[in-house]
Amino acid sequence: MTNDRLDLDNVFDPDKNNTNETALEKSISKAPMVAPGIDHYPRRTDIDPKAAKRAERQVATMFALSGLFTILFIVAYVAIDATARISLPLFGVTSTSNLFLGLTFGTAILLIGTGAIHWAKKLMSDVELVQERKPMQPKVEDQQEALEMARIGAQESGIGERKLIRRTLLGALGLFPLPFIVMLRDLGPAPRGELKTTAWTRGLPIVTDISYQKIRPDDIPVGNLVSAMPENILEIQHQDHNLNERGKSAIILVRMRPEDIKSQQGEGWDYQGILAFSKICTHAGCPIALYEQRTHHLLCPCHQSIFDLSDSAQAIFGPARRRLPQLAIEVNSEGYLVARAGFQEPVGPSFWERS
Amino acid sequence: MFLALMVVGITFAGISTVATSTTSQALIGSNETLVDKGSQLYAEGCSSCHGLQGQGGSDGPTLAGVGAASVHFQVATGRMPLAAPGAQAMRKKPSYNEEEVLALASYISTFGPGPAIPAQDFIDQWVNASVAEGGELYRTNCAQCHNFAGSGGALTDGKYAPGLMAASPLEIYEAMITGPQAMPKFSEATLSPEAKLAIIRYIEELKKQENPGGISLGRLGPVVEGLFLWTVGLGLLIGFAWWIGARVR
Repeated sequence: MTNDRLDLDNVFDPDKNNTNETALEKSISKAPMVAPGIDHYPRRTDIDPKAAKRAERQVATMFALSGLFTILFIVAYVAIDATARISLPLFGVTSTSNLFLGLTFGTAILLIGTGAIHWAKKLMSDVELVQERKPMQPKVEDQQEALEMARIGAQESGIGERKLIRRTLLGALGLFPLPFIVMLRDLGPAPRGELKTTAWTRGLPIVTDISYQKIRPDDIPVGNLVSAMPENILEIQHQDHNLNERGKSAIILVRMRPEDIKSQQGEGWDYQGILAFSKICTHAGCPIALYEQRTHHLLCPCHQSIFDLSDSAQAIFGPARRRLPQLAIEVNSEGYLVARAGFQEPVGPSFWERS
Repeated sequence: MFLALMVVGITFAGISTVATSTTSQALIGSNETLVDKGSQLYAEGCSSCHGLQGQGGSDGPTLAGVGAASVHFQVATGRMPLAAPGAQAMRKKPSYNEEEVLALASYISTFGPGPAIPAQDFIDQWVNASVAEGGELYRTNCAQCHNFAGSGGALTDGKYAPGLMAASPLEIYEAMITGPQAMPKFSEATLSPEAKLAIIRYIEELKKQENPGGISLGRLGPVVEGLFLWTVGLGLLIGFAWWIGARVR
């Protein structure tokens, strides 16, 4: 049994033992077991005392340099103004302090690591060791002792005789997990149709996003792109205290020459070539506004889906499978663009209840 | 140069959509020489693709109605004339000096009405615009193509949205009103001149951003950063692991 432990008193020390070939052979033969199939070759540092000395110097140099860099770190920490900036090729303008702190600290810890590995590889004992696995099964006496203790414990607690305690304890333990199941309710409530509707209704004016200005058809020349919202979006946000409606109702308006429009999702849903589409990608719900005005392609920045706005916003490339819902628009009596009706299908990505 | 810019206001009176950007531009009679010079330059440098009367052809679109702003943007940034036909005209060293650009712009704007070059003293007011409002507008209208840090991004078929770090405030304004190449227009009515100046202010602030954390990796986001870590970072670790495990001679 002692055979699998490394005998620390007889560890091979190149400085002491490396004086002649027999010492080396002795140390190799002392290796507990040579791994089958692997021939053991002595390292140069095992044979050549000069090589060993050189390796020792290399390791010591790394450790010494590490210490030097630690001191440089402290110097940099104290000496360099935290607001100082330095311009480097490739990096651009960057913080002098961060740069030097990172370099000195990183190099210091790296040199400790490389020194230790170099030491282990070149100079530490180079023998193959086999560590036997401990048996999985405990000794028979240990097993019997454990069983005996359990029996005594059960007897002394009286759980066998005191049926009232035993049953109430079992009942309590049985009931205790229930709150965790009941609390699953907090995952809800289940959506009640909010995913299928947006703020858009008939006659609701379309306003520009961020600046919330109503839009006249003449404001949108051919090739123009407008990110837009329903007029009452700020009101709704104020009521709901969240941005859900903004996430659903965002639209884009584009204008193309009427002859460029190949198809629409409904007869005459444009207004003189002005088309309105949901801004929310039908794949994963990213807002899309990468509009190529020459090809009428709309690209989603998240997963590169492409929709052809001149052809009913059909998905023509990428993971999106459904078209972007189109919003039918018209002009009201004051000459502003308004929705002619709400969206005719749910906007945004798929969900379970979507029919 | 500033006078010359005003001179270009000219031929397109009545087309400019918004008063603020054009108030300082006056109709000045001396533009005829400029138009003549532009006509010559056009015949030599542009007509082979865009046609003798700017009617366009198989190699280039019509220039009727593109406006002086569009000409100034395309030629002053070196995008036009094209070095070779391709997916996208790239920014390069301009082939014409500022005066020649204005001459071309004056001549081409006689083909049809289009947006004028905004007056420089109007553009210069971007310094007074709100950077917070500009940031909101930028993220709503621009960030999707030009990236959150103005680094640009890919489009389809080799086209791309260029980075904005090299673009001057005037060029940014012109791009928004003219919609060069794949970029859509942002009309003065739907994105007001003040809003455009706010966007310019935001982009100018982006240009000043430093990299206090070290290398910026082009500010292209998690894909590039991930790629860097997976190749350089993991590569280093694999290298160390190999070194630790290598047999010692």
